[in-house]
Amino acid sequence: MSDADAAQGSGLRAWLMRSDLTLILVTMFALYALFTVLGVILFPTSDLVGSLASSLQGVTQWAALYAMLALALNLHWGYTGLFNIGVAGFMAVGVYTMAMLYNSPSGTPPGLGVPFYVSDFFGNVVGLPGWGFLVGLLVCVLLGMVAAALIGAVAALPALRLRADYLAIVTVGLSEIIRRVLLSTEFQTFTLFANLDVKLGGIEILPDLALGTGAGQGINLPANPVRAMYYLDPSNPGEGTTGLGSFLFDLAGGVGIRQSVVISWTYTGFLIVFVGIFYWLLVRTGNSPFGRVLKAIREDEGVAQALGKDTRRFKIKVFMLGCALMGLGGILWEGSKGFTDPTSTTFLPLTTFYVFIALIIGGAGSNTGSVLGGALFAGLLFEGPLALMQVVNKTFNLGNVNTPANVADALGALAGLDYQPFLAFVFAQRSALRFVLVGVVLIWLMQRRPDGLLGHRKEEASTVNLMERDKSRGGGGVVAADGGEVDE
Amino acid sequence: MGVTSSLAKGGRIARERPGVFVVGTVAVFLAFDLLRKLLFFDLYVGSYRVLGGGIPAAQLVTWLWQGIVVGLAYGLAGVGLSMTYSILGFANFSHGDYFTTGAFAGWATAFVIAGLGRFDVGDLALVGAGQVNSSQLNISILSKPLVIVLGLFVAAGITILVALLIDRLVYKPMRDEEGISLLIASIGVALVLRYVLNFVYSGRRPGLTANVAQWSFGAIDGQFAVAKQRSAFIVAKATGEAPEGSVHFKIPFIDIGNYTSQIVGVTAHELTLVVASVILMYALHLLLQRTKLGTSMRAMADNKDLARVTGIPTERVIRDTWIIGAGLVGVAGYMFTLESGTIFFRVGWEILLLIFAAVILGGIGSIYGAIAGGLAIGVASETALVWIPSSLTTAAAFAIMILMLLFKPDGLFGGVTTA
Repeated sequence: MSDADAAQGSGLRAWLMRSDLTLILVTMFALYALFTVLGVILFPTSDLVGSLASSLQGVTQWAALYAMLALALNLHWGYTGLFNIGVAGFMAVGVYTMAMLYNSPSGTPPGLGVPFYVSDFFGNVVGLPGWGFLVGLLVCVLLGMVAAALIGAVAALPALRLRADYLAIVTVGLSEIIRRVLLSTEFQTFTLFANLDVKLGGIEILPDLALGTGAGQGINLPANPVRAMYYLDPSNPGEGTTGLGSFLFDLAGGVGIRQSVVISWTYTGFLIVFVGIFYWLLVRTGNSPFGRVLKAIREDEGVAQALGKDTRRFKIKVFMLGCALMGLGGILWEGSKGFTDPTSTTFLPLTTFYVFIALIIGGAGSNTGSVLGGALFAGLLFEGPLALMQVVNKTFNLGNVNTPANVADALGALAGLDYQPFLAFVFAQRSALRFVLVGVVLIWLMQRRPDGLLGHRKEEASTVNLMERDKSRGGGGVVAADGGEVDE
Repeated sequence: MGVTSSLAKGGRIARERPGVFVVGTVAVFLAFDLLRKLLFFDLYVGSYRVLGGGIPAAQLVTWLWQGIVVGLAYGLAGVGLSMTYSILGFANFSHGDYFTTGAFAGWATAFVIAGLGRFDVGDLALVGAGQVNSSQLNISILSKPLVIVLGLFVAAGITILVALLIDRLVYKPMRDEEGISLLIASIGVALVLRYVLNFVYSGRRPGLTANVAQWSFGAIDGQFAVAKQRSAFIVAKATGEAPEGSVHFKIPFIDIGNYTSQIVGVTAHELTLVVASVILMYALHLLLQRTKLGTSMRAMADNKDLARVTGIPTERVIRDTWIIGAGLVGVAGYMFTLESGTIFFRVGWEILLLIFAAVILGGIGSIYGAIAGGLAIGVASETALVWIPSSLTTAAAFAIMILMLLFKPDGLFGGVTTA
């Protein structure tokens, strides 16, 4: 497909389209260039490098997170045509399961303390005390993914036979149920098996287990693992740094980059690795016989059934796989913060819509498109407008202007030909205006570019490209008459 | 014999439709438990108390009433969602923000009229985001009925204009697209509307109305009674005599002994919502039964192309659909905020899923279904307090919606489309 494109496209486009990696790298560098220009205007020259490093880190981190979730969603929507708008709910299940398993039983809220058992096992039985905690953390992350997959299965088992728009309502309803349960004080702390005293040979087989979601108070998450790499005591940087930490901090400090930025960049590096893993997993899935059935379901479920495929089982499996990836995405999303609570925007339905927009920008069905969409969404719609508003703020010196209390005063000032108060008001309301921009872009995309940037590269359901064979024979008209696309 | 045959029937359902069987069993259990709670009767197995706790009947009546009040608002809002779903073929995720638009348009009008001449119009039109707050205006249905009614008409009018404008700009160019594309576009519309309202009206949650009279319904010494204050019943209980200013009379046939208590309190604004909703619903019923519009809508919901070749002016029907749906949802938003007494730019978004639940429960496309579904969801989300804490009642309503989609996606009335 992309070869055919390259032959038709103009010089630059052909070069860009030749390799997916080039395309993504060029996009990222274009975003970096944009943010560098904005940064040069914004930041004081004394701290230019440090501030730029921090700002570019933000863009990269959001790009990686949105790319990851867009890839997971692509598995549902782009590959199989399952319209899941409960992404935020599955992320929350992953994060909370992980946290509740990880947290210490004596903490607030209490957890199961799995890493303590695992490190005991590694320390006393295996004889590798240093590795226990990391393995314990990985176990918790895996179980978080499993929980997200299981909740996905509960939603999918009956819901997948529904029409696409019904599935949409079921999933968004489920994600809101999850969020409300996490917010409910009923589960702030609770005890499992409190009323069940089943004894077997004098030993209680279901011991009382104290657990908690923390409700509005939030819940502790494992400390950012990067800190454990760089600091001797992750919770107290004053205790000194490890060899690797000292080396990197000195190196970065020399050019004026703060320690926290080095830590964030390292975490972002991990995120990029995970984007690669997600991408690889999706390509492998898509090219497997399993993936071909998925695409066949997307194109025409009836035909797939007629060919003897149990489409329900395929859909449930892929729904679970995608939900597990969303759970992992959620864990990585919150993983650097050390703390989360259900009032944070992460678990609102808005996050789901953001991921959808990222996927639509890139083009549902294309893996490279998902990554590209994540990067463009994070850069141009998520971080870009805010940075641009900061530039406006600085250029027009709005910091010294009294911000009008409401839109009537702002418009009143504008009518008096005093533009500064109006701009100051707009600046104060920039996050609301960003939502308006996102909405307008979404509508525009659905009207003008419903396929996104790379949606035309939607992967084929067949092993060989039927269109291409037609072209090589000088045909293609036959397909067009059947309603197939001639223009790629 | 009757028992065995019904047991056999139950067994058959359990085998053939396990989902229905489980839901049915749970429903029977809940009904039993409700009765048990009302009678304050604890259930023991051996020495274990399996089921305990009770609910005073008066409390249940209060929840029922509140459920009916919000349920009517959901139903009124649901009519438009149901109609656009069946006629334009997509789930409109911006419907909740039409609700908010109506609420703000209505209250801006009410504030401006109530405060005209005394305060700056710009401040008034900003509904609490300006320099005027509701306590300076003293708006209520009893003190300023005309202001409330004018606000209602503007709420409907502005919401209709906004809906028609959005249809022209967003949905009309996409008429032939699939439902999912339109659904995604409607999410964009929802974001734009909601955050434009946030930009203009700020993110505050201002109060709207003055305190308004409440009528207490209850019983004094076995007689049905209406009083202006709740305290009347407390005085009556303490002294054994009916206080001044309360009306009471014996209801025939039902003997409630010497029961003395308030059963339910009704505010004037709750009553306004109920009366306005019922009138509008009846008017809608007449409109769809007496004019050809109802028939045209049913035809379009069934088959758009067939309707067009039959000579039905499809674009005009779509326009009328938006006018009816948007007008009603605008009024619903205005009435809902009148009843709750506060307004917030996310109010419609927060109840959108409840409206969806109502529409799905009643069967997508059915207008009477939407109204019945709204009442059912309203009552269910309030009376769910019998079993679950208030922080989870909304979740329970969503759960009902999901179960409905899974087991009976046609809705309670079997998918009768439009009227």
